[in-house]
Amino acid sequence: MTRLHVQLAAAAALACLALAPVVLSPFSITLMNYIGIYSLVAIGLALLTGVGGIVSFGQAAFVGIAAYATAWVSTLNGQSPWLGLLFGVVLTCGVAAILGVVTLRLQGHFLSLSTVAWGLAIGFLFGNVDGLGRFNGISSIPPISLGSFALVSSAQIYYLIWGIVALVLLLGYNLLDSRLGRAMRALRGGNTLVESLGINAFRIKLVTFVIAAFLASLSGWLYAHMSRFISPGPFDASMGIEYLMMTMVGGAGSLLGGVVGAAIVTLLKNSVQDYLPLIAKGASGQLEIVAFSALFILFLQWARRGIVPSIARYLPKIRRERPKPALPLPRRPQPTPGELLLKVDGAERRFGGLVAVNNVSFEVRSGEILAVIGPNGAGKSTMFNCLTGALRVSKGDIVFAGRSIVRDPQSRIAKAGVARTFQHVKLRPRMSLLENVMLGTYSRTSSGLFAGAFRLNRREEASARHEALMQLERVGLGDKPFELAGNLPLGNQRILEIARALAADPALLVLDEPAAGLRRQEKLRLAELLRSLRADHLTILIVEHDMEFVMSLVDRIVVLDFGSKLCEGVPSAIRSDERVQEAYLGGVA
Amino acid sequence: MTSDIAAILGIDGIATGAVYALVAIGTVLIFTVTRVIFIPFGDIAAFTALTLAALDAKRFPGTGALVVVLACLATLIEIISLIRSGDIRLLPRALLFYLAIPLAVVGIAWLVMRMEPPLAVRLVLALMLITPIAPLLDRIVFRPIADGTVLLLLTVSVALHFALVGLGLLFFGPEGVRTEPLTSFSTEFAGVLISGQTMLIVIAALVFSGLLYLFFDFTLVGKSLRATAVNRTGSRLMGIRPARAGTIAYLLGSLMAGVSGILIAPVNTVFYDSGFLIGLKAFVGAIVGGMTSYPGAAIGAVGVGILESFASFQSSALKDVIVFSLLIPILIWRSLASLHSEEEIEE
Repeated sequence: MTRLHVQLAAAAALACLALAPVVLSPFSITLMNYIGIYSLVAIGLALLTGVGGIVSFGQAAFVGIAAYATAWVSTLNGQSPWLGLLFGVVLTCGVAAILGVVTLRLQGHFLSLSTVAWGLAIGFLFGNVDGLGRFNGISSIPPISLGSFALVSSAQIYYLIWGIVALVLLLGYNLLDSRLGRAMRALRGGNTLVESLGINAFRIKLVTFVIAAFLASLSGWLYAHMSRFISPGPFDASMGIEYLMMTMVGGAGSLLGGVVGAAIVTLLKNSVQDYLPLIAKGASGQLEIVAFSALFILFLQWARRGIVPSIARYLPKIRRERPKPALPLPRRPQPTPGELLLKVDGAERRFGGLVAVNNVSFEVRSGEILAVIGPNGAGKSTMFNCLTGALRVSKGDIVFAGRSIVRDPQSRIAKAGVARTFQHVKLRPRMSLLENVMLGTYSRTSSGLFAGAFRLNRREEASARHEALMQLERVGLGDKPFELAGNLPLGNQRILEIARALAADPALLVLDEPAAGLRRQEKLRLAELLRSLRADHLTILIVEHDMEFVMSLVDRIVVLDFGSKLCEGVPSAIRSDERVQEAYLGGVA
Repeated sequence: MTSDIAAILGIDGIATGAVYALVAIGTVLIFTVTRVIFIPFGDIAAFTALTLAALDAKRFPGTGALVVVLACLATLIEIISLIRSGDIRLLPRALLFYLAIPLAVVGIAWLVMRMEPPLAVRLVLALMLITPIAPLLDRIVFRPIADGTVLLLLTVSVALHFALVGLGLLFFGPEGVRTEPLTSFSTEFAGVLISGQTMLIVIAALVFSGLLYLFFDFTLVGKSLRATAVNRTGSRLMGIRPARAGTIAYLLGSLMAGVSGILIAPVNTVFYDSGFLIGLKAFVGAIVGGMTSYPGAAIGAVGVGILESFASFQSSALKDVIVFSLLIPILIWRSLASLHSEEEIEE
């Protein structure tokens, strides 16, 4: 399957949608309109929940804000619905931005619970504010007009709704395949990973959150002017759950899944309404929600992945061409070999009464490989975390390239030119090798939301893609750039992490136990790769356990024991040092 | 606002809060043992009130039918899973626990009810009928996904709540109920009238939290529950079955929720869907305790009760808006206070 096939399939789908009003009955068109309107919310949720990993129970509240805003502008104040759209979008995105700033730093289920909280609070507001019709709602909302042509019938507004859905899907897929989109897709890998790539995780979450709210506001606007009547009911907490249900049924990671999920849930609900009274007379209203929730629970128990990803597995893969050569990305000024690059000066880190790192000082000069070694519990990992900004030092200073970094967040240190790998590999298993390495180019590129959505970033994307391929070739993984990272064996995953770090054009490469869990052949390959990088004048700091691996590779060694520096020197001197032997072997053998 | 009004509102708030506290403690109990944030506890409380009202009116409550339906479903699922795993010799045990005992409970309740028993017996019957529901739901809904993420369990739990609301309407009908007061005693304290019901609520809350404390600290079963809460794998290695610990937690939790339902029924009119707000407000309290601390949850729940009481005096329409808006700063505080390692989200 090539790109052309995908485009043909999309064109065929569009043609079917365009012909639908000619073929289908008015009732079916109304149903289609609802599907389209719900799809918008579900697409936003797919971005937020499936891609970004933020489960929100409160999207219905955003739909409600926009619907009430446009009803207030167009019905109660007699202005144009288009002004209502503007007001609704601005208000919704504003509320979302405020809520996002306040809540998006929350972790895990705390964040989701906060969406329940504001979802409920906003939902209660609609029915209780004077001037918004309370529980009676607002009726006789005017239809949307294009010039003097009013979109009154369901077939007329149909084209507007599905036009917006198609456009949103196109822009959404463009966005996911851009610099910002890749950052969004990295969010589920955890904050440490995202920040280590020079990405401000909070900002990306906020952008994703506001985009989802924006889509919900479009949906609310269309809803108000299509049904011409609004009341608090369709924006309450149960509708928030229903949107989440649509997203998960369709397949949370997939934008198209939003549309499919909205269609399935809406049609299912409709048929439940049709058929339940036949089975149980007089109990339809009650049973509807029961049947519905039960189906959802069954779905979550048996098919968590969702429909679209399950089907997509059986489709032929899209064949893609190898990236062509492009203009190189700008490089940072590299330090001259031998120059002082990193200076750790009296660093100390305490956890309560425990001193994990105690008054440690050492220097890294440009162009060398330095290893920090020590037995278990020596404070290596703590030292590493202080260097990369994952932990703050309690005392002392760390200076990188002439600037103190002890107060900097991780992403800032990464941007300054410190690229890292992880002891427990942190890759995005469902992204290709190429995309994983492209994540590394984030801080060297600049295109944003609009450039990504409207594909104004082609030149930069080509450069980033080419850079990523070059780094893959440099580490020896250039033969299958479109393989999924999760399919690689562990040794190659570590090497892929190094390629990702190299794509950031670092001044200092920091490796956290790179040999851990590798087989002998893999270790030898890794050592060879690191030597070739040194030959390219790259500075490398290794925190490592494996003595044999370190001794044959590095220029100098710093030994830590019980949080303090034991000694420092060239490998041969360290090997014969009695204190080191005692620390490792418990006495001179 | 005068100090008199403040005192009345305060007492009212403490009484409401004590009811929430019972549910909150149940919520924490379930969460620590099973990692499920069991939103439907409020529904269990509301169903208890509806059950009691039906018993008072000499009607057999819908709870009986609900228990029978759930018991049959749970038995069916248990049998299928036993056959699949080849443990057919466990079949009699499964039939006893999932079918015989729940049906026996319903049968006893039905027989006793025909004798027109006094109030105390009716209270016991209501509690008996309500306690099997949560453990059966656990078997049907949560056991198959017990190893899922907290987020998945939460999503399922919210869906389950909506299913229960639908079932509530089906089995209890749309009418609201208010049961007769458990006591007509009242006293005056520092110039403020305190009803016996209020005192009963607070005393019951204290007694039941005290009993739970004794259970956890002085019985082996209680200790095994605590062990499961701390480390599932570790306690499994010690011979504790997490599934069994979960069932006990659900039983205890629904008992607490049931008591709170009985206490609230004479004070507020309870509808089939009143549970959601009770559950969520209790839950706000549980979050104050970080979902792990029982005293924290109780204090938090009483705080929510007092806040609600004062908020409804200021603006009765917006009281729920105020209570839930307040959850956000509490969540932020809790999230900052708890240092937990970051978990990667399931792909």
